Amino acid sequence: MIDYDRAMQATRRSILIGSARLAVGAGLVSLVGTIPARATPQTMRDAIREAVGDAPLRTGRVTLDIPSLVENGNTVPLTVAVDSPMTESDHVKTIHIFNEKNPQPHVITIALGPRAGKARVATRIKLADTQQVVAIAAMSDGSLWTASADVIVTIAACIEDVN
Amino acid sequence: MARTLLNVPAKAARGEIIEIKTLIAHPMESGYRVGLNGAMIPRDIIDLFVCTYNGAEVFRATLSPAIAANPFITFSTVATESGTIEFRWTGDNGFSQTESVLIAVE
Amino acid sequence: MTAAFLRVAILPLVAGFASLALAADIPTAERRSGSEFMGPETRAMQDDDTTNPGMLWVLDGEAAWRRREGAADKSCADCHGYAQTSMNGVAARYPAFDAAKGRPVDLEERINMCRSEQQKATPLPFESQALLALTAYVGRQSRGQAIAVADDARTYPFIAAGREIFERRQGQLDLSCASCHDDNWGKKLAGAPVPQAHPTGYPTYRLEWQTLGSLQRRLRNCMIGMRAEPYAYGTAENVDLELYLMWRARGLAIETPAVRP
Repeated sequence: MIDYDRAMQATRRSILIGSARLAVGAGLVSLVGTIPARATPQTMRDAIREAVGDAPLRTGRVTLDIPSLVENGNTVPLTVAVDSPMTESDHVKTIHIFNEKNPQPHVITIALGPRAGKARVATRIKLADTQQVVAIAAMSDGSLWTASADVIVTIAACIEDVN
Repeated sequence: MARTLLNVPAKAARGEIIEIKTLIAHPMESGYRVGLNGAMIPRDIIDLFVCTYNGAEVFRATLSPAIAANPFITFSTVATESGTIEFRWTGDNGFSQTESVLIAVE
Repeated sequence: MTAAFLRVAILPLVAGFASLALAADIPTAERRSGSEFMGPETRAMQDDDTTNPGMLWVLDGEAAWRRREGAADKSCADCHGYAQTSMNGVAARYPAFDAAKGRPVDLEERINMCRSEQQKATPLPFESQALLALTAYVGRQSRGQAIAVADDARTYPFIAAGREIFERRQGQLDLSCASCHDDNWGKKLAGAPVPQAHPTGYPTYRLEWQTLGSLQRRLRNCMIGMRAEPYAYGTAENVDLELYLMWRARGLAIETPAVRP
């Protein structure tokens, strides 16, 4: 959590700076300009469209395994598996993971093919906040399949300042 | 040289699907954290991981700052023939590391 | 509070090791490592050496163990041989009393004493990657062993001093370590379970830190969480606390390198 707590502190600080500028007459535009970007459900949808295009996303075939209650958002284990024979004619080409509320919506994109044998990948990700995580699999036939998971991120009780 | 921890079976039957686990020591600094002086800590991440099997690419991952520190990636591949499985991580500030392991396929 | 202080101060003078325990302590049968309070995913990350990120430091430590260092051009292995046998159980017994210094030393300080006295090398800084790696490698050789600081009368006053700090209310929140870890373990704080504060797996890979860290770093975290002034690395207060906590955790198994949220 410490990352994004700090990012949020930066946001607050930026707002204060922005307000000060506003007070001396620099105007609202600089206020908006100083707030760091943060993903939203809309920016996640935009990022998904950019990555996989406009084809319809169908629910199913993808299994997203992620703890529903995360002990620390800095390291969240995630496994994604896709139901596919992984043959030359029928396989998963790419798997994408997106999130709603990190500073950026994209998490990871995996390219694989029939030589993988099975479409099952695990990694560890950072989650800034309680949010939805989305996995999308693009198949060799062009179809898109998706699964999502709602994740509650708790914070460690005793965190440290930078030492 | 960053420390890596690679788990690949030394032997496999031809056609067997083997699981590969990889860990590499790297801070994956997101670029969104604020340092002691109030300035943002610059981004420093691994943004690409590629695995080749006797020269042919079998797995590729493009990483964003949301991948946790000390990136852990597990995937599978079909044991096709004896040879070398190579792993390459590349990223910010010229980071590049290559490791390889031998596999015997019978 | 004065009475409690007198109690812990006097007891070591009149009684032996076993009598250092007080009625209010967590009963032996109820003592549980922090790993039992974690979720299954974090537990799985710790229990599999091929997925435990702390193993990156253990591997570094293994290389450092064999590397010749300092004016003496000696490696750890030149004196101690195979760590798998020579270091087996060692971490479970630290901090331990050092006669020359007249006080207990923790494992990190013991490693640095070897560096300066035997290798004639510069001591490694607290929390440096090199010191964490060697400590993790030595600690790994005791995995599964029961924590057992020595029953050494010379350490009793230091155990008592550690307990006094553990039970003393301090900081802006007016909390003691015991307020959470003796009196309220098992309950939730900000959604996370409060563990019993047993140092079973140091150095530990803490997900919060995204790196490996020492017990002293963790103690400083706690102090900051209590809004108290943390003790500096290497101070007597930190070592006394480490010793008290290891005495308090006696019988629990070493898990180094542990993974914690």
